[in-house]
Amino acid sequence: MKNIFKEVVGGFYSLTVGMGITLREFFRKPVTVHYPRESLKMPERYRSHLIFTSDENGASTCIACNLCVKACPTDCIIVEGEKKEGEKRKSVTKYDLDFTRCSLCGACVEVCPTDAIVFSKRYNLAATDRQQFHIIDLCKDLEERNKKKAR
Amino acid sequence: MTAAEPIRLLLFLVGAATFVGLNAAYLVWVERKGAGRFQRRAGPTEVGYAGLLQPIADAGKLMSKQLIVPPGADRMLFRLAPVMMMPPAIMAFAILPFSEYLVGIDLNVGLIALFAFSSFNVIAVMLAGWSSRNKYGIISAARVVSQNVAYEIPMMLVIITILMLAGTLSLTGIVDQQAGAFWNWNLFALASNPLMPVTFIIFFVCMLSETNRAPFDMAEAESELVAGAYTEYAGMGFGVFFMAEYANIVIGCAIAVILFLGGWHSPVGVFPGVFWFLLKLYFMVFVVIWVRWTFPRTQFYGLLNLSWKILIPISIFTLLLSAVMIKLV
Amino acid sequence: MELHPVQSTGPQETFVLNLGPQHPATHGVLRVKLTMDGEFIKDAVIVAGYVHREHEKMGENRPWDQFLPNTGRIDYLSAMMYTHAYVGAIERACGIEVPPRAEYVRVITSELNRISSHLVWWGAYLLDLGGMTPLLYAFDDREKILDLLEALTGARLTYCYYRVGGLAEDLNEGFVEGTRDFVKEFRPRLKMFRRLVSENIIFRKRVEGIGIIDAEMCRKYGATGPMIRGAGIPYDVRRAEPYSVYPELDFEIPVDPAADSMSRYKVRMEEMEQSLRIIEQCLDRLPDGPVMAKVPRVLKPPEGDFCYATEAARGRFEVRIVSTGKPIAHRVRLRTPCFGNLSLFEEAARGMMLADGIAMMGSLDLVIPDIDR
Ligand code: SF4
Ligand code: SF4
Repeated sequence: MKNIFKEVVGGFYSLTVGMGITLREFFRKPVTVHYPRESLKMPERYRSHLIFTSDENGASTCIACNLCVKACPTDCIIVEGEKKEGEKRKSVTKYDLDFTRCSLCGACVEVCPTDAIVFSKRYNLAATDRQQFHIIDLCKDLEERNKKKAR
Repeated sequence: MTAAEPIRLLLFLVGAATFVGLNAAYLVWVERKGAGRFQRRAGPTEVGYAGLLQPIADAGKLMSKQLIVPPGADRMLFRLAPVMMMPPAIMAFAILPFSEYLVGIDLNVGLIALFAFSSFNVIAVMLAGWSSRNKYGIISAARVVSQNVAYEIPMMLVIITILMLAGTLSLTGIVDQQAGAFWNWNLFALASNPLMPVTFIIFFVCMLSETNRAPFDMAEAESELVAGAYTEYAGMGFGVFFMAEYANIVIGCAIAVILFLGGWHSPVGVFPGVFWFLLKLYFMVFVVIWVRWTFPRTQFYGLLNLSWKILIPISIFTLLLSAVMIKLV
Repeated sequence: MELHPVQSTGPQETFVLNLGPQHPATHGVLRVKLTMDGEFIKDAVIVAGYVHREHEKMGENRPWDQFLPNTGRIDYLSAMMYTHAYVGAIERACGIEVPPRAEYVRVITSELNRISSHLVWWGAYLLDLGGMTPLLYAFDDREKILDLLEALTGARLTYCYYRVGGLAEDLNEGFVEGTRDFVKEFRPRLKMFRRLVSENIIFRKRVEGIGIIDAEMCRKYGATGPMIRGAGIPYDVRRAEPYSVYPELDFEIPVDPAADSMSRYKVRMEEMEQSLRIIEQCLDRLPDGPVMAKVPRVLKPPEGDFCYATEAARGRFEVRIVSTGKPIAHRVRLRTPCFGNLSLFEEAARGMMLADGIAMMGSLDLVIPDIDR
């Protein structure tokens, strides 16, 4: 009898404690970020799809050495390059990334001898068409960024 | 009865129906906002200012959906169940005294009529679960019935306790006896029964259970039964159940206000009126929402144990206590 | 009017209830075929394999280090510990000495990962029991851990941060301070969780004495982690087969002999507390130095058979690699804890009520991709 009484009273007390906690949280500020209206800044090391870095002339430093292609676990990079007149090294003509297969592991970035590729911070990636992510053309992307900068 | 009486009643019912609809829609908004605050999120914000148009958008969405009757279901009962859910709720509003003047019919057996109406929803939920030919629905239907049977008893015992104090079944009569400041409310009628607050808590628990609200939402139990009896309902079929749930909460809270919290009377003795009633009513609704967003769901047999082993003995005890006290005083 | 009563499917008035593959309580694509007698479970058959992704096979057809991203995707909630087991196995095979700083950072990040994993479990468990608010509170704290780890590794879930021989990068600026702040903030939060949930009578009624899984059953099905510690056996890989710097650290292994859902719950809650202690100690002792050992460009572990086990959030995760001295593995075997933890459900659930069965399933802390691999 005494135990039952204790359980009822103790149980009821535990319920009021719980209600007290939620009430306190009720009057505190929400912790959420109202996403499309405000967004967070991505940290320095955030990993989104690859982009080229560029030298002072705005050209890519990639030498089409294919190391990144070999390092990639999922074979999602295609690189082509050619040797231009009067230059010691090859330069890149085509760099296609199949983002649907990329696992953002970082093997390619680590292996690159000229630090030609880095992870971007683009996280608003959405499209109505899968095709858009099958081929992300890094050369074109660099050109566009250069154009934007020039403007 | 004068000739104007039926017209007045009709107007009141139309008003009540509108009130029920809008009230349900906006309680959903309040619930979602409240849940958001309890969980430290913002709740709906996009549709209209602070998401105020969200219920209307939701209603639009629900109404534009196809009504599907699952194959093998009992078509007639399946359609009938939501229909049976709503009218009793609206009818109950005709009896509820919002204030001295704002009352549809002041029946002298108002309380009994009210409980007759409000026990209708069990049948509707049971029919919904049964007729949809869904195993989850059937489990839910069985649960609802035994839950409601179990909780009707302590509820009635508590009400008898109040009735002994009031000596009348008329709702306005009960409220009028609580006029004056808040110490005249039945909740604080400690002189005639020192356990009155306990009685109130029992009533509140039973009310939560009768309206299938968390932590007693056995019928829906979304992590066990998907959506219980409502699993197969699409579009407005589900919408009606949803609205009726909120209408029932309001009725339950209104009964609590009438029986325990002095109805439309002001706690300080001045300016009695409908706004006091609504204020108390929505405070109770807030508590209901607050409870829902605090506790996990009870276990089914735990719920029955609570009723049979704790609530019923205590309410019998309080009943006897007040009988003795009334006799002595 | 024609009535369609639901026919009972068996001679004993039982019916089959399909729990899943799309059901709110199974947290993913797990299917459990329940034979029900009213609300009582008569028999349960688990149908797993909906998210089978051939991780083991993938490990066998690519160079050793290219399997790293996969390890974070087996049990996506304890990616760190899983990667640790894989790199540990290769390091053991090749005899690579990992710099001490790297080992300490590994332990810190693993324990952070463990806390975040337990938080997800805590929230999801309460969601199973019908309380939604704790989930959001848990995610509030988990978000802080994810932010720390995101700033460190660049990803929020599939970190892929460890490398054979060390770490991908050294700690970022602000990680140490951020972690210290988190530890300080999280202790009172744990207390709050305890008051909000662990002492709540409704919650206690639902888990105490429900879902008894004793040591014998754990042994039979190979259940590990909080499952076996909740059955009273202090088996923890961090102590039983010490790895990394765990032998140097001072922490306790929580056990609870009651073997019910509540004891598994208590063990996990206490583990978070212990993880905080481990993190604090590691931060105090964190040595300077490199985070990467000298590792050959192309890994070729010597011929042989090597194992490495870690204590993941759900129990013992073990990687066994068989090398033929080639740059590609001959066999990669992953022993995941959830498979063992789930297998006993069939036996344990018999005779329970449906809601209790779900309360027990939640206390197993299942991650479905981990079962199916
Ligand atoms: S991040 Fe990994 S998967 Fe993606 S392209 Fe680079 S190497 Fe390939
Ligand atoms: S990105 Fe780097 S690794 Fe890849 S081809 Fe260019 S230079 Fe070589």
